[in-house]
Amino acid sequence: MEEERRVRVHVDRDRCMGAGMCALTAPGVFTQDDDGLSEVLPGRADGGGDPLVREAVRACPVGAVRIEGGE
Amino acid sequence: MTETEAVAFPQDRTCPYHPPQAYQPLRDARPLTRVTLYDGRSVWAVTGHAEARALLADGRLSSDRTTDGFPLPSERVAQVKDRRVALLGVDDPLHNVQRRMLIPSFSVKRIAALRPRIQEAVDRLIDAMEEQGPPAELVEAFALPVPSMVICALLGVPYADHDFFEEQSRRLLRGPKAADVEAARDELEAYFLQLIDAKVQSPGEGLLDDLVAQQLAAGAVDREELVAMATILLIAGHETTANMISLGTYTLLQHPEQFAALRADDGLMPAAVEELLRFLSIADGMLRVAKEDIDVAGATIRAGDGVVFPTSLINRDADVYGEPERLDWNRGTLHHVAFGFGIHQCLGQNLARAEMEIALGTLFRRLPGLALAVPADEIPFKPGDTIQGMLELPVTW
Repeated sequence: MEEERRVRVHVDRDRCMGAGMCALTAPGVFTQDDDGLSEVLPGRADGGGDPLVREAVRACPVGAVRIEGGE
Repeated sequence: MTETEAVAFPQDRTCPYHPPQAYQPLRDARPLTRVTLYDGRSVWAVTGHAEARALLADGRLSSDRTTDGFPLPSERVAQVKDRRVALLGVDDPLHNVQRRMLIPSFSVKRIAALRPRIQEAVDRLIDAMEEQGPPAELVEAFALPVPSMVICALLGVPYADHDFFEEQSRRLLRGPKAADVEAARDELEAYFLQLIDAKVQSPGEGLLDDLVAQQLAAGAVDREELVAMATILLIAGHETTANMISLGTYTLLQHPEQFAALRADDGLMPAAVEELLRFLSIADGMLRVAKEDIDVAGATIRAGDGVVFPTSLINRDADVYGEPERLDWNRGTLHHVAFGFGIHQCLGQNLARAEMEIALGTLFRRLPGLALAVPADEIPFKPGDTIQGMLELPVTW
């Protein structure tokens, strides 16, 4: 039996252009701060099991959203 | 890859909501082929979805039309290529500086807070249409004023001046002569310089007021750069959404099954807007030039080569969207490039989504008998070398 590996969702704020695609695609995990830059909601860095996180990674136009760990 | 070289780009659509029929050889040659510009020059055309996303996000392609080899779509644009264009016309690092000044005002949260104001503008315009009674010309009565009012409120531009800037915007985007574009740029520049000076004297509430009070005062931008930013925000802020509202309405009136489904279930609206963005692809010809050699799909785009992105074809890549010619609210439309991709992806996309949802949803709810007032094939639409949409839309209800 393989133990489920922990994932970590990360936004690179130096790359972020404030398109808001992550907050639009997976609003349960991402938000935007007052500068318009995206960030992971408090307590949601594990992705909260939300399947939309992977779509949010793909939707980001500048590759600023990443999932680390997992498969 | 030579057999499509004779295909001219851009071309007029034959049906306002489908890609030009003459682009078929480009679709057949997916993902990458060659097309010929108005001046006889041969450039790359990217039609594959994966390749387009990769290239639009590639920093080796430039958006700066003063760069040697930039693909110019028409004589009209070529004549004014040296005029400054903020945001879309600059590369990083300058692009990054300009964009970061603006993104706080376009976040998902800030746009959500604007929704009541958008709803109010939409309701007022429909009140006026009802008062006047049918028929109406929907572009002038509704599709253009909705985003015009909203972008004015957001920027802090007096809506009372809308006749002026809508006319300049029309000349800037569609000429028809190069001299029209030059004159429109001069008029808008003079207008914004005056407006900025007025805002230095007596600040109001709006994004331009904030930029004057913060960035201009701190020396982070000069007046000319601020004018260039204001110009593109004002134009992009109303022309694009206006086209989506007019062309979206026309398209729905031509698709009764999808129209009925949407009217039966308001909850479909966000998905419908996303699918309309994919299906209509109104910015149908994004333009770049390579700054370095780029290997893609077994070919090499050389430094100095022009690259065009016909979004209507990219967003109908059958490997990504099954039955791409079908307007389908239930396909779970994701990852289209109607707003572009990479650093230049539309700054106002979430504002545009909110405007479309509210404008189309309210229009169909309040005027349930909405129909074209003349035969569909008699209604004029925009030529292929500019943002796609209806020139007029006579409706009744």
